[in-house]
Formats: sequence, structure tokens, C-alpha cells
Amino acid sequence: MNEATPLTLAALGGVISERSGVVNIALEGMMLMSAFTGYVVAFQTHNLWLGVLAGVITGLVIATLHAALSISLLVDQIVSGFVINILALWHIPLLSKIPVLGPILFVHQPITYAMLLAIVLVQFLLFYTVWGLRTRAVGEHPLAADTVGINVYRVRYLAVMLSGGLAGLGGAYFSLQQIGQFLPNMTGGRGFIALAAMIFGKWKPLGAFYACLLFAGAEALSGRIQISGVHIPFQFLGMLPYLLTIIVVAGAMGRAVAPAADGKPYRKA
Amino acid sequence: MNQRSRAIVAAVLLPVISVVAGFVVAGLAVALSGSDPFQSFYALFQGAFINPRALPETLVATTPYIFLGLGVALGFRAGLFNIGAEGQFYIGALFGVFIGYSLHGLPAIVHILLALLAGIVGGFVWAAVPGILKARFGAHEVITTIMLNYVAFALVNFLINNGPMVDKASSAPRTPYVDPAAQLPILVSGTRLHAGLILGLIAIPVVWFLLDRTTIGFRIRTVGFSPTAARAAGISVAWTILATMGISGGLAGLAGADEVLGVSHYMPPSFSTGYGFDAIAVALLARSNPWAMLPAAFLFGALSSGSRFMQFQTQVSADVISVVEATVIMFIAAPVLFQWIFRLRRAPAPPVKIASETEGAAL
Repeated sequence: MNEATPLTLAALGGVISERSGVVNIALEGMMLMSAFTGYVVAFQTHNLWLGVLAGVITGLVIATLHAALSISLLVDQIVSGFVINILALWHIPLLSKIPVLGPILFVHQPITYAMLLAIVLVQFLLFYTVWGLRTRAVGEHPLAADTVGINVYRVRYLAVMLSGGLAGLGGAYFSLQQIGQFLPNMTGGRGFIALAAMIFGKWKPLGAFYACLLFAGAEALSGRIQISGVHIPFQFLGMLPYLLTIIVVAGAMGRAVAPAADGKPYRKA
Repeated sequence: MNQRSRAIVAAVLLPVISVVAGFVVAGLAVALSGSDPFQSFYALFQGAFINPRALPETLVATTPYIFLGLGVALGFRAGLFNIGAEGQFYIGALFGVFIGYSLHGLPAIVHILLALLAGIVGGFVWAAVPGILKARFGAHEVITTIMLNYVAFALVNFLINNGPMVDKASSAPRTPYVDPAAQLPILVSGTRLHAGLILGLIAIPVVWFLLDRTTIGFRIRTVGFSPTAARAAGISVAWTILATMGISGGLAGLAGADEVLGVSHYMPPSFSTGYGFDAIAVALLARSNPWAMLPAAFLFGALSSGSRFMQFQTQVSADVISVVEATVIMFIAAPVLFQWIFRLRRAPAPPVKIASETEGAAL
């Protein structure tokens, strides 16, 4: 469950964003940046909740950048996400030369509870509300949605920003709930694993959650094997989640159907 | 604006303005962190061109960017986003260094060619895996190549840290030195400038020829333009994807082998500092045109070698270069931005269109 929390939050973010038709490979960068700002704020203010809030806000801000680039400026969504990842992954060293931070106490469990609540909430919002219907309509056929008066840009912006907020919460989890310390690269590709989980979960919140439990299980298993003293080099155990991701993405593809307009920029005529 | 001047805007002005914008944004970042941007960029310039041995060092750093940029660009032309160049670079270096240190007594030309070929094979195989997964199962190459990067790092880490390739005579974790016969000859004595640069200069026309003058190149471009049309024309999209990924990875692998045989002559566990990711910016800046890869790679070579001196001289982190890089990518990849700036009636064609049409390959 510990491993599953940030994965699920990011995967839920992925679900919302892609349901509206915007691919979000920036989840990884969002999580790492949020882990960093969340940690710094919590350290400076001695208030963990402010740290968590800072993480969420960071996710929102970065998501707004992703939305502006990919929705308004029509940058290819994958390229835009990639740029954000470059900035986030390589900028941490640039920023972090200022304070040298030690570990702080970490919060117990609240982010995990928030994650469980978020699953239910996203499922409900996407499939049982007008907003959810509109978001899905935009993700399937933006032109048709536009024709009936839905503001495609606004729907997509909101979805991407929500996605960033969730990823930000997931990022704050790393530095504030799990370890209580910030380490460069501590997200270790989990933003991408979350995307795979989302695909495996067929772009559905609950499905994504189950897929995340599977990945978290693999991670926990490799940790367990390592402790048990079986002579497998730790690097091979470390590969497990990544290899599993590859297999899952390849295996799930035939059966899962993405939102029809996923990845396609929309340009109002 | 007529067709011709629009083409000039797209090919020359757009990259130049992107780079200028990159420096402006990076300058702001430097100023915000409390340093003098002009002084820093002057140090960057000194470190890249003026200091003794600066220019050869810049050319040394240019070489891998040429191969890697060509590889990534080849993928772009087929609508594939090979984010795995970094991992393929590692595997290429791994294969190259293995042939380099395990064989002895061969004539230099044979040994060098064998080791470079091993690098190509390593990169080819590593990239062919996501190629097959995409062609056969529709798994999006963005996820699979990134995941294979992590796997490549872990594999290299194992082999060189506590695995069979560690040099027992050395206290630091690294492979043994490659045989002198396998080391690429130095072009200018007293510098590290090696024959790999010449290979890079040869690779440019070769890739251009492959793309523009051969059947496989035509297939690559057609698939990139429209997989549906390609299929209708009887082109096997699956084979084309596989071949493109393989060649793209082969070039990245060649870069890795070239770097081991030409510069370090051994391989430490953490080998590259993101060459494979920078290469994506190089390819975008060159707008996936093989000829334009030379100036684009040279620019990034200069940034890479100059930033080290800048960091040493002004304490401004060399990471500031990634701000330049990110801004460049944003500008290049945002055609609408240029439409506004130049009041064009039509935006210049975007340099990348990642194939979202290939069936089932959703992300």
C-alpha cells in the first residue's frame, strides 16, 4: 500500500488528463518537483501540511505550463511533457545547492487516505457528473463537443491542472510521508510506471488502482527477496518494476482502448 | 510571404531565434540566482572556444551529439519518439568496451571496426526491442524506451560494479582499459580530439542518403507522414518501425562505442551525463535534417564543454544549460509562437509529429 499511494495518485492524474485528450508524460517531472518543493517548504516552515500543500500547488503550476504549451501553443503533447521532465529532473541540482537539508519527521498515512478518497471521487466525477461527461466527450471527439457548446480548451486545461495537483500530492508523498527526506531522482520513473498502470487499468480510476497495486506488489516483492538473502544482484531486482511495465504495456494494448482523441491537439477553426 | 522565404524562416531563423531565446531565459535564471549572466556567458564562450584546447574539447563533445542526434532524427522522421537514446548509448558503450578490452593482438583497423560494430549491434538490439513491441503489440515507444533506459542503467551498474566486467586491478569500479589497438587515433596531438569526429562527418551524408535516396528511407518518411497511407501503399508499417528503431539505436550505440574507444578508453558505471536526452534537443533544433545536425551538434558540444569552465569560473551550475535546452525545444516545437512573432498567415510546419495514428499505440 505504501508503494501504491504515489503511483495511484499519479495514475489518477493520468486518467483525468487523458480522458480529456491530453497525454501527460510530465507526471514524472511533476512528482519530483513537488517532492522537492514540498520538502523545502515543510522544512522551512516546520509545518508538514504546508509542505503537502506546496507539493500540490507545484503540481498545479507545472501542469498549467504543460497545458499552455500543449493546448494553446499546440506543441506536441509528448514533446511538451518531455521538456517539463528535462526541467524538473535536471533543475533540482541547480536549485538545491542553496540549502542542505537533513531529514525531517514525516506525516503518517494521510496521503494514503487521500489517495483512497481520490479514487472514489475521480470515478464518481468522471462517470456520474456533467463535468465528467463533458471531459470524456472532449477526449473522444473535441469537434463534436465544441459544436454543442463545450469549451474544449477550458475542459482540457482544468483536466490537466487536476492531473498536476494529483501528481503533486503523489510527489509530496515521497519526501513527506515515505522517507522524510529529499533525494534527487527519488521518483525513479514512477510517473511513467503510473502511465502504464493507467493503460493497464483501461483509463478507469479503479482499474488504474488495481494495476498500481500490482506494480507496488512487484516492488515490495523485490525488496522482500533482497532482504531474504537470496543471491540475486540487487540491480536485477531493481529492474523488475521496469520490465513488468514493459510487459504490461505490450500485453494490455490489444485489449484496452484509449480515448479516441487522446494525444491530438485541438485547434478551433 | 512566399513559399521560399517561409522555408528560410523555418530552416534558419526559427532555430537561431530559439537559441537566442534560450540564452535570454537562461540569463534570467542566472540573474535570479544572484550571478552576473554576461560574465557567466562570457566564461561559457571562453570555455568553449578561446581557452587553450577549448575548441578541440568542444569538437570532442560534438561527436556523440552528431550520432545521437542523427539517430533521434531518424526516429522523428518515422513519427517515432526514441527517448531511449541514452540507454542505447550505454549499451553501445558496453559492447564496444567489451570487444575493446577482451581481444588482443588484432591489427588496429580490425579491432576498432569490430568494437564499433559491436556498439552498433548493442544499440540496434536494445532499440529493436521497443520497435518489436510497438510493431507487434502497439506498445508506445515512449514508455518502453524510457523503461529500457532504467534497465540499461541497472545492467551496466551490475556488470561494472559487482559483475563480471569489473577491473580487479582498479580500486574504482570500472572496466579494464581497452587494448591500445582498439583506441581511436588522436587527430591533433596534445588534445583529446579523436578520429570519431571524422566518423561523425561521414555519418551525416550516409544518413541523408539513407533517408532521401533509398527505399527504406522513403518508407520511413511515408510512415512518418501517414501510417494509414503507407499501409494503403503496401508498405509494411511494422517492419519499417522495427528497422527505424533499430537503425536509430544503432547510431546511439555507435556514439557510445565511439566515446569509449575515443575518449575514456574504459567505462565507469555512470558513463554519460544525459547525452542521449540532449540529443533530442539536437535533433529538434536541426528539425530532423541530417545536414543541419552538424551545426546543432556543434552548438551543444560548445555548450557542454563551455559550461564546465563556466561552472569552475563563476560557480554558476552547468545545469543552467538545460534551461537553454528546454527553451530551445519549446520554441522549436511551438509553431504557433512563430506565427504570432512573424505574423505569418500559416504557422511553419511543426518539426515533430509523433505518430498517434499507428493503430492501438496510445499512451
